[in-house]
Amino acid sequence: MDRQHIQLASGVDLIMERTQHFKTGLFSITLTVPLRHETATAGALIPEVLYRGTRVHPDITALSAATDSLYGADMEVGVRQLGESQCICFRCGVVDDIYTPDGIGLLESAVELTAEILLDPLKEQGAFKREYVKSEGSNLADRIRSRINDKAEWAVFRLVEEMCGDEAYAIDKFGNAQEAVSMTAEQLWKEYQKLISNARIVFYYNGSAVFERMEELVRCKFQLLLTDRSSKTECIVIPEPVGAVREIREEVDVAQGKLAMGFRTGGIVLDHPEFATLLVCNALFGGAGTSKLFVNVREKLGLCYSVVSLIDKLKGIMVVTAGVEVEDFEIAKEEILAQLACIRRGEVTSQELIAAIRYVTGEIIGRKDSQGRMEDDAVTGFLSSNKWIDNDALLKAVERVTVEQLAKTAEKLYLDMVYTLSGRETEL
Amino acid sequence: MKKHYYSALGETVWEERLPNGLKIYVVAKPGYGKKFAFFAAHYGSMNMNVRSENGMSLPVPAGVAHYLEHKLFETEDGSVTAAFAEGGAADNAFTAADLTGYYFDCTSDFEKNLKLLLSFVSEPHFTDESVQQERGIIEQEILMEDDDPYSRLYYAIMEMLYSEHPIRERIAGTQESITDITADMLYKCHQVFYRPDNMVLCVAGNVDPEAVSRIAREALSNTADSSGFAEYCYTERPESMQKFRQWTMPVSVPIFSIGVKGDPTESGGCLRQRFIAELACDVLVGPSSGLYNRLYDEGLINGSFGGDYEYVPGAAYLLISGESRDPSRVRDEIMKEAKRLAEEGIEIGLWERLMRAAYGSMIRGLNSLENICIELAQTHFDNEDYLSFPEVFQSIEKHDVEELLERWCTYERMTLAVVTPSE
Repeated sequence: MDRQHIQLASGVDLIMERTQHFKTGLFSITLTVPLRHETATAGALIPEVLYRGTRVHPDITALSAATDSLYGADMEVGVRQLGESQCICFRCGVVDDIYTPDGIGLLESAVELTAEILLDPLKEQGAFKREYVKSEGSNLADRIRSRINDKAEWAVFRLVEEMCGDEAYAIDKFGNAQEAVSMTAEQLWKEYQKLISNARIVFYYNGSAVFERMEELVRCKFQLLLTDRSSKTECIVIPEPVGAVREIREEVDVAQGKLAMGFRTGGIVLDHPEFATLLVCNALFGGAGTSKLFVNVREKLGLCYSVVSLIDKLKGIMVVTAGVEVEDFEIAKEEILAQLACIRRGEVTSQELIAAIRYVTGEIIGRKDSQGRMEDDAVTGFLSSNKWIDNDALLKAVERVTVEQLAKTAEKLYLDMVYTLSGRETEL
Repeated sequence: MKKHYYSALGETVWEERLPNGLKIYVVAKPGYGKKFAFFAAHYGSMNMNVRSENGMSLPVPAGVAHYLEHKLFETEDGSVTAAFAEGGAADNAFTAADLTGYYFDCTSDFEKNLKLLLSFVSEPHFTDESVQQERGIIEQEILMEDDDPYSRLYYAIMEMLYSEHPIRERIAGTQESITDITADMLYKCHQVFYRPDNMVLCVAGNVDPEAVSRIAREALSNTADSSGFAEYCYTERPESMQKFRQWTMPVSVPIFSIGVKGDPTESGGCLRQRFIAELACDVLVGPSSGLYNRLYDEGLINGSFGGDYEYVPGAAYLLISGESRDPSRVRDEIMKEAKRLAEEGIEIGLWERLMRAAYGSMIRGLNSLENICIELAQTHFDNEDYLSFPEVFQSIEKHDVEELLERWCTYERMTLAVVTPSE
């Protein structure tokens, strides 16, 4: 793989991957700060307000006209959560030079527009335009409140919020609805200044352009950001729960109940020697289409339509989530734990092992088929440990995972909390 | 196999029709790690009447196509998914109104996986007993949809727009409709609709096209068989049936959908109408439109607002959805704007930019193996060639879009559904 890392300043990195098989180029900038109650709302609001208008393109219509002219540059702004960090992201995908009908290069304009959105906002009396802050604050509040619209996601969100309680991980990356509506243009401007000068920054490029062209562009358009800053990002991993398993029950108008179970992974995270085993273990347990949970809880017992397990590779937690009839909560929970116990006892057929390994290797190899996933891996690697994620080494480790290793790793999955969401009387 | 090179797109496609009638497309994608195969029947939830060659007509309840999709995953030796997983493949399927598609992706053992795909879809193995067993899972799926406000809005719009067309039925059916589904009924539908000449195979990735053709010849029966066909006979008026519906659900802010009943497309003109209608959505309610900016500034919509075009044989419609505290106002503003655009015409600068943006977005779609295969299959069933889109695109004029807006965007053809917060 043709790739390059250039440190532009302390805490400011440019990472690039040269690819020829996509029709597009992807450029992104990620500003990262610790996830904190005091700053989360501002962090979520800043990209939304910035994307309302710049000095040159002062409203949505003008900004959309600018992206439309670049053959529909795919500009995405927003926040992501990475471990216990809040990442404010600006991603721009543009059609590669050779696929535009008139053959014009779009990359320069795309990077320039991204820089303009981030660094040259529309100002009013020394701060952001009041009207934009107000309306985006209200939109953000709606978005926070609308989490409940998707019940499966809501169950996982509430589980994590309760399970991780005082940990930064539990803080909503979108912040707080009340704060969002009361944020003033001046307060937000102050936070924006801090973000620009203090945040850890990663620039990323994926496409067919030569690296020199990109480096020059970034140095020229983002000069203001090339100053030294802290490069540390922290994520506190709690290897196992302190007390007994906690249970939370909630009610809302739903036809189908939701069950979410949170586990700690015994401190296994990306970079841990057992991480490859954890990936396979998760696939075998509930990650893959042939997982023990899918086959037993869904297919054999017909207890639910969906059941899946997910891991957070930085925080060291695993969540099992299922849509289950309320009266089946207990039996589903018991069955999920029984399947985990099977893995712990080494009750894994060679077919199951091969299927889980192949599922994970397929996922890893498949990441190269998407610029978005390549960006995600690269940015995650540099933000968490200042290096590329070594997918080749990971692949080799995954292929060597044994049933004994799986049993040992499964022993380290500690159930921390069980969350259930059930319906009141439903009207359909 | 015949090789086509689409120079503007940098794509190479091999295609062939087998003696049994199956059409095969293979898109070469060197550089990709995964290989993707999509095997689809031109059959979906809207095919609720089966006519066999002796003239017998068999009406089937809502949800049969989707039920059949579930049951094909059962084989003599157990689960298809387990067999795919052994070959390192992840498989899945979906049922749409006029298409049922089965697919997998993998990084190794491609030929073995392809054989498996072709055989499990064309050789059903279920029994009455196993059909009964599946009911619980499908009921759970229906319940899950009942909790999804967007899914409820969609079906409400379809019921209000259409009086007869089966697009108004839920793809998975209802808890009631699926109780009458029997193994015999599923076998009958399989026999009629899963014939090679009513199906298409699309493959994309770093694969050998000749191997795909060879495997398809080996895995499928060689004879062409047309033992029945789907009936499409609905008389739909151009107007919507009902104009407004509202109910409560646990949502945070009101969510709405506006349906606009369009004219069904003629065979061979689907891609063109699709581009015209999509551009009409961009012009009318897209982020570049004046209306979007105005409603956004007034706080009447947020970033979730947008419009899309969908079509199936016999039905075509626009769906405009979003969150708003005043959905009726949003509908009225859209109507007014459509009228203005039809009268005054689309501003030329906006038109040129939107054409560019739409073209770019289609180029971007070629990055995804899944997207290419599904688009190829759908346009194949419409008797068109997806990758000819640059030419189709060039044939579209501003007045095509203005005419569509004028013809479709009227109160008579429109309907509004709103979900309001229950607490």
